[in-house]
Amino acid sequence: MLLTLTATASPALPDATDLGFLLFKHPGRAQRFPSSVGVAHVFWPEATAARSTVALLVEVDPIGLVRGRGGRGSAESSALSQYVNDRPYAASSMLTVALGRVFGTAMTGRCDARPELVGRALDLEISLPALPARGGADLTQRLFAPLGWSVTAAPLPLDPELPDWGDSPYQDVRLAGRLTVATALTQLSVLIPVLDDGKHHWIGDDDVDKLLRSGGDWLPGHPERDLITRRYLGHHRTLVQDASTRFAALDDRPDDQADATPDATPARPLQRLRREAVLAALRAEQASSVVDLGCGEGALLRDLLADSTFSSVIGVDVSHRALAAAGRRLQLDRMPDRQRDRLQLLQSSATYRDDRLTGQDAVVLMEVIEHLDADRLPALSRSVFGAARPRTVLVTTPNAEHNVRYPHLAAGTMRHRDHRFEWTRAEFRSWADDVAAAHGYDVQFSPIGDDDPQVGPPTQMAVFRRSA
Amino acid sequence: MTEEHMTTDTTTPDSLGPLELAVPELSLVCLIGASGSGKSTFARTHFGRYEVLSSDVCRGLVSDDEHDQAATPAAFEVLSFIAGKRLDAGRLTVIDATNVQPDARRQLVRLARDHDVLPVAVVLDLPERVCLDRTATRADRNVGDAVVRRQRDQLRRSIRQLGREGFRTVHVLRTEQDVARAVVVRQRLLTDFRDQHGPFDVIGDVHGCRPELEALLDRLGYQLVRDAAGRTVDAVPPAGRSAVFLGDLVDRGPDSPGVLRLVMGMVAAGHARCVPGNHEQKLVRALEGKQVQVSHGLETTLAQLAAEPPEFRDAVLRFCRDLVSHLVLDDGNLVVAHAGLKQEYQGRASARVRSFALYGDTTGETDEFGLPVRYPWARDYRGPAMVLYGHTPTPEPEWVNNTLCLDTGCVFGGRLTALRYPERELVSVPATRVHYEPARPFPVTAELEAGSAARQRDPDDLAIIDVLGRRTVETTLAGRVTVREEQAAGALEVMSRWAIDPRWLLHLPPTMAPTATGDPDSPELEHPASAFEFYRRSGVRQVVGQEKHMGSRAVVLVCRDAERAAARFGVTDGASGAVHTRTGRTFFDAVTTEHLLTAVRAAVTDAGLWAEFDTDWVLLDAELLPWSAKAEDLLRQQYAAVGAAARAVLPPAVAAVQAAADRGLDVGDLLARTRERAADAEAFTAAYRRYVWPTSGLQGVQLAPFQLLATEGRRWTDHDHDWHLGLADRLVRAAPELFRSTRRIAVDTGDPDSVAAGTRWWRALTDVGGEGMVVKPLANLVRGERGLVQPGIKVRGREYLRLIYGPDYTRPEHLDRLRRRELGRKRSLALREYALGVESLDRVVRREPLWRIHEAVFAVLALESDPVDPRL
Repeated sequence: MLLTLTATASPALPDATDLGFLLFKHPGRAQRFPSSVGVAHVFWPEATAARSTVALLVEVDPIGLVRGRGGRGSAESSALSQYVNDRPYAASSMLTVALGRVFGTAMTGRCDARPELVGRALDLEISLPALPARGGADLTQRLFAPLGWSVTAAPLPLDPELPDWGDSPYQDVRLAGRLTVATALTQLSVLIPVLDDGKHHWIGDDDVDKLLRSGGDWLPGHPERDLITRRYLGHHRTLVQDASTRFAALDDRPDDQADATPDATPARPLQRLRREAVLAALRAEQASSVVDLGCGEGALLRDLLADSTFSSVIGVDVSHRALAAAGRRLQLDRMPDRQRDRLQLLQSSATYRDDRLTGQDAVVLMEVIEHLDADRLPALSRSVFGAARPRTVLVTTPNAEHNVRYPHLAAGTMRHRDHRFEWTRAEFRSWADDVAAAHGYDVQFSPIGDDDPQVGPPTQMAVFRRSA
Repeated sequence: MTEEHMTTDTTTPDSLGPLELAVPELSLVCLIGASGSGKSTFARTHFGRYEVLSSDVCRGLVSDDEHDQAATPAAFEVLSFIAGKRLDAGRLTVIDATNVQPDARRQLVRLARDHDVLPVAVVLDLPERVCLDRTATRADRNVGDAVVRRQRDQLRRSIRQLGREGFRTVHVLRTEQDVARAVVVRQRLLTDFRDQHGPFDVIGDVHGCRPELEALLDRLGYQLVRDAAGRTVDAVPPAGRSAVFLGDLVDRGPDSPGVLRLVMGMVAAGHARCVPGNHEQKLVRALEGKQVQVSHGLETTLAQLAAEPPEFRDAVLRFCRDLVSHLVLDDGNLVVAHAGLKQEYQGRASARVRSFALYGDTTGETDEFGLPVRYPWARDYRGPAMVLYGHTPTPEPEWVNNTLCLDTGCVFGGRLTALRYPERELVSVPATRVHYEPARPFPVTAELEAGSAARQRDPDDLAIIDVLGRRTVETTLAGRVTVREEQAAGALEVMSRWAIDPRWLLHLPPTMAPTATGDPDSPELEHPASAFEFYRRSGVRQVVGQEKHMGSRAVVLVCRDAERAAARFGVTDGASGAVHTRTGRTFFDAVTTEHLLTAVRAAVTDAGLWAEFDTDWVLLDAELLPWSAKAEDLLRQQYAAVGAAARAVLPPAVAAVQAAADRGLDVGDLLARTRERAADAEAFTAAYRRYVWPTSGLQGVQLAPFQLLATEGRRWTDHDHDWHLGLADRLVRAAPELFRSTRRIAVDTGDPDSVAAGTRWWRALTDVGGEGMVVKPLANLVRGERGLVQPGIKVRGREYLRLIYGPDYTRPEHLDRLRRRELGRKRSLALREYALGVESLDRVVRREPLWRIHEAVFAVLALESDPVDPRL
C-alpha cells in the first residue's frame, strides 16, 4: 500500500519542507513504524522548499493476515482468509489504520514547532496508485469533489494482456486541493475505507464515535453522507441509524430528509406489493398454518407474525446464515412467548422431502423457484406438491416479459445474478398447469404490481388449491 | 395362523428334571408375584444384569427411596422409558415388580405392543408361608403380613386371566422346587430364519394361476413332481436353491386348489417357504365358518374348493392358518412379507406387525374404485434389509429404496414374476390370458412391450433426514465416518442450490493432501523427495508421479444413449450423463454438456469400452482444461484483480523509495525488497495467465482422464494406475483433440537413483510453468500397516504456488512460516473423503437406493466444509 502527500510552497507555506513539522516527521529521515496491519515506512522522496513529498508505504504481512486471525467467523471476511489477496496492495481500511498510527497527532491539528501553520489551507496533492472504488468509477469524484478536491481517477485494466476482461476495481487516483493537512488526512481516513467498502475489523459503537469525530466538520453537509455513513459502518443497521440521528443534529438540512433513517426508508415497492398480495391470498384461502419456503431473512415472516390469524408460521431456508439473520431481524430472543410459539425456523431444502412440512394449510414459494436450476424443479414439485401436500401453494416469480420496462436492465439479462431463469407468463402457466395436473391441484394466476397491457405485471403469482 | 403362544403350569410336578420355561428371544418378560415370592432372585439367576429392570430401583432413582409408593407413577415412567429403548434395540427385557394388579400388567402389555414384542408372564405363585417368612427376615423392609396376603389374593385371581390380558406365554411356578428346577430357554421367533442364506427364488402373487406358476418354476429350473392323477404336488429346486412365496396364492384365478396343492407340497418337502397374504387370511376365516364377505375372488376359490375332498380343505385350513406373518432371512439381509414391512416391524411380533405384513400401510381412506388407499411406506424405507413383497399389482417391478414389489398382476393378464436372490435377477412369465377383471384398470402388455426405458417411474425420493443433522456413514474402507451437524448444514445449501440432480451425482472426488514441507534448506515449499519418502515409510515402493494438469477436477458420467441413461439413472429429460466439478456443479449448460458427452461417447465407443466392460455407462475421473473454463470469474475477480493492484502500486513504490535513497536517506533493505516484490507481482501475473486460454463453447476444452471409476457392476479403483492410464491413452488415441494424455513417471521409492530421476522429472515439468505432479501408489488402493494409505500426494511447482499462497510467498520470511503447516488433519480428511468416495461407487455398483448413494456423496461435500486451512 502506498500513499504520497505532496505540499507545494505557497504564501500559506513559504517552505514546503515545513510539511515535516506538521506531520511530526523529519524530511531527512526514513522511519519505520510497526502496526497491527504491518510495518509502515515513512520517507521523503523529495524535500525542497518548493515542493516536499512524504510517502507512506505499508508492508502488509500476507501470511499473518490469514494465519494470525482470531476466532472471528470466516464467512463474512472470507476475502481475508485467502493468501491471494489485494490487501497488501490496494488502499483500504488497513491504510487508514497506518495513517492513524503514523500521522495521528497531525490529524488532531497539533503542531508544536510551527503552530501558525495548523489552521492554514495548503496546496496539497495526494497520490493513491491503487484505490478500490466499488460501486462505480465516478464514486471517487462524488466523494472527494464536494470537499474541494480536484480529482483525477484513471481506471486500471485487470490485465493488459487480456483486454476482454476490462477494468479492475482499482483506480490510480490523484487528488489536488487547498486544505489543511489535518482535514486532508482525516478525510482520507474516512473515505478510503468507504471506497473499498470492506472493513478488515469488527465494527462497533466506537466506530460511530470515530466517524462523528472525524467527519463532524465536513460530513453532515456532504451530499453522499448516507452512503458514506452506511459503508463506513459496515452496513450495520443499528449503527447507521445511530450515526444518522446524531448527524441530523449537526445538520442544517430540513427535517424530513434528516429523518430518512433506514427503517423509515420504504422497501422497494414491488417487494411490499408482493408480500401484500401473498398475505391477501393466504387470508382469502383461510390458511392458518403457513410455511414460508425460502424465507430468506424473514420479511414475510414478520408480516405473518403480525397477524394472529396465522397461528403457525414455519420459516424455511436452505441457508443457515439466512435463518440466523432472520432470527436476528425478527428479534427472536426478545419476542413474547405467545408470538414466539407461533414461529418455527427450520433449515431445509425445497428439493428434499421434509416431513416436518406436512399437514400445514399453505406453503408459500415467494421468488424462490427462479433460484433453482430448471432441472431441479421436478424435485421441488415432488416435495412440495407430492409430499407436503398443503391445501394451498402460492408461487410468485418474475415475469420476464416485463423486463423491457426496466431501462437499466440490458436486453436478455435477468433481474438478479442468481436467477437461473425468468419466465414469460406463458412459460409460468405451462409449468404450473403441468404441476397442478400431476399432483391433483387447481391453479389460478394473478398479477402483482402494475399489470402492463403489453408486457404484463412485473411479478406473477399462481395460487394452487388441492382438488383431490 | 398361530402367533407364539404357550403356557406352562406346574400344579402337578411330574418329574424332578429341569423345568424348561420357553421365552421368545425378543420379548418383554413380566415377573408376577407377591413380595417375598423370590422375583428378584429369579431374575438374577436367569437373566443378565442389564436385562432386568426393577421397579424398586426405579423408585429409588426418582425418589431416593425404593419403597416410596408415592413415587410409583414417576418410577414407572422411567422404567417404561428404559424398557422402550431396550426393546427398540431388539433386546429382551425383564420387569421385576409385583405386577399383581391387572392395571400394572395392562401397562406392561401395552408397552410390549407399542414396541411390537411379545409379552411373557412368569408367575411365582409360591405358598403364603414362604412369602411371609422371607419378608419377615428382610432387613430393609417389612411389608407386613396383611400386604403379602392381599397381594397373593390378587395374584390368584389374576392367573387365569393372563392369556386374555394379552400375555402370549404364561409360565406359573408354584413351589420352591419348581423355582429351583426352572431353566429359561430362549426360543427363536417364528419369523427368524436368519440362518437360511438361500439362494432363494422369491415368487410374487399367484392368485390361482397354476399354469403360469408351473411355467415360472420351470423357467427357474425346478423339476415339477406330479401325482398319479397328473397333478403337480411338488417342485424340486436346482441344487441349493429354494422358493419363497409372497402370499395371495389363492382367489380370482382359475385353479387356486391346484396352486395350494403345489405350494403346500413344496413347503412340506422343504423346497419352499410361504408367507400369508390377505387372501389366505380371509380364506381361513371362511373355512373356519366365520362370517366373511365373499368377494374379490374368494367366491372362485370357495367354488373350486367345494369340488375337493374335505381332507384337502382341512389341510388347506391348517396350512394357511400356520403361516407366519413375515420371514427374516439371510442374516437379516432379506425380509419377505406379502405387503412389505417397514424396518421397525421386521423380526417383531404384534397384531399391527401382522396387519402391516398382510395389508400394508393404509391411510384408512378408499379411492374412487373402492379400494383402500395405500401409504407408500417404501418411499420412506431406509432399512438395510432388502424387502420383497407383492400385494399391489404393478406393471413393472421397480426398486424403491431397496424394496421391490413382485406382484405383476398375473391374474389380471400381466405376468408372474420371481426375483432370484441374491442375484437380483428378475424372471417372469406372461399370463396366458386375463383371468379376472380388476376393479382398478391394470395397465398391461402394450406399455410393457414398448420397452422399459419409455416407462415413467417415480424417482427415488430423497428426504431431508437423509442428509441433515449429525450423521455417521458406514464405509468399507474406513469404517464409520462422522459428519458433524454444522458441516451438513453448510453443505445443504451448496448441494441444493448448485449441485446437479442427485441421480447423476454418483461420486465426489476426495481432497488431496500436499506433501510435507519440513526441509528448511529447500528453496521449494513442496519438494518431490518428501512425497517419495512418505510412501517409502508407508511401505509403498512402487509409485507413479502423474502430471498435475492445469485444469479443474471433473467427474464424467457418460451413458451409451439417453434411453439407457434414463433406464439406469432415472433422469428422463433426455440427458445422457453429466460432467461435474468436485463440488457437484455442472461445468456447462445442458446443451454444451450433451455436446461434450457426445464426443466422449464416440471415443468410448471407438475404444470399445462398452463391450469390454459389458456396461451401458462409464464413470471417469478426469481433469478438465483450461481452468478458465470453470473458474474465469475467480481468475478475473481474485487473481487478475490482485495482479492489477500489485502491478499498479509496486512500481511507484519502487520509484518513491529510489528517490528517497537518491536523497541519501537510509531506507535500509526496503528498496531491494520492494523491487523483489514488484518482480513477484509480475511472476504471479505470469502464473495465472498460464491458466487462461480462450474457449468458446467447447472449442479449446480438453479432458485428461486418469482413472476409470466404475462401470456397471464394477468399481475399478483397485486396479493399478498403469492399467488406468493405459485405458486413458486409448481414449486419447480415439479422440486426440478432446482427450489429453497424462504424463507420468514410475519411481521406486527405495532406490535413490529412481527418486532423483523422479525429482528431475518434476523439476523439468514445473520449470516451464507446470502445476506439479501427484504421486500415487502404483497399485492404487493400498492398505498399509497403519491402515489405508493416502491415495495421492500433491507436489506443486514453485511458480504455481504463487496462486495458492500469494505473489510474495517465496520470500524467505514467508516461506519459513508456510513450511510450518499441520498436515495431520488434511491427511485424515483426505482419507475419510476417499473412503466415502469409494463407498458411494460401491453403492452405485450394488444398485443400492439413491438415498444410500447420496448419503455418501453428500458426506464428502459436508466434510469439505471442515474448517481446515482452505488453501492447504
